Amino acid sequence: MKKKLLSFFMVLVFGVIFIIFYKGLEDSNIYTPNINIKNEIPVFKSRDFYSGISLNSSDIFEFDKTYLLNIWSSWCVPCRQEHPLLVDLKEEGKINIIGMNYKDNRKNAENFLQDLGNPYKEVFIDLDGTIAIEWGAYGVPESFLIHNNKIIKKYIGPLNQQLIYEMKLLVK
Amino acid sequence: MNVLKITLIIFLLLPFSFIKADEQDKQNKITKNLRCLICQGQSVYDSDSEFANSLKTLVDKKLEEGLSEDQIYEYFKDKYGEWILYDPKLNKNTYILWLLPLFIFLIGGAIIAKSLIIKK
Repeated sequence: MKKKLLSFFMVLVFGVIFIIFYKGLEDSNIYTPNINIKNEIPVFKSRDFYSGISLNSSDIFEFDKTYLLNIWSSWCVPCRQEHPLLVDLKEEGKINIIGMNYKDNRKNAENFLQDLGNPYKEVFIDLDGTIAIEWGAYGVPESFLIHNNKIIKKYIGPLNQQLIYEMKLLVK
Repeated sequence: MNVLKITLIIFLLLPFSFIKADEQDKQNKITKNLRCLICQGQSVYDSDSEFANSLKTLVDKKLEEGLSEDQIYEYFKDKYGEWILYDPKLNKNTYILWLLPLFIFLIGGAIIAKSLIIKK
């Protein structure tokens, strides 16, 4: 009787462990970060892309306005894909688009904007990539929707028509 | 005279290089415990991606600012969540991870103890 109870107990324990691990298999092992964050925007210092004048984050982001911060680089291929969408978005004029030029060569970045158009109200540079980390970015391209100095939503990877549509609904 | 000058310079430089080496050790230790953002499954220390290199620079900066190791972990946790640390703390998502081995160890111990007692 005791032996039966013991083996039953063992089967039960291993059964539970099996279920836990089996469930674990179904979870994706690629981590997807939380994109609906409500964090304050970080305080940082940078330089203006064109004039080279030093800038504070408070000079760029005003309190009661909506911004889209876009991290881009001339060497980043997906940035080229999403760029026309940003140019279109700028023409609608509802969202101020701010560019963060990430670890780029100045000449190449200038050519990039000349060829594809400049959708940015302001562009600042992040030469060593540390400002992007301050923002909690994962890669280039990445965009942050900002309202009242709070990050409303984070878009990891290139933007597409669908995401732009959703963004417009959010801004309304 | 020249020899004296050189030895003086070496003596002056020596302590600084020690400090630098100490900081480098600390940077290595911290970046080994931070997960790379792009190459998930690799530490920042092992990775040479653009973001990992930026992270290393930022760790250096924070060390220069005088932040302690724990403060730096806290800073990154704040930005990226618990996920960025390789050494997860005990919370509702990780309790199975922490308690299951202990639980299995206790059961195993109990079984062994029981069989020993029966043998006696």
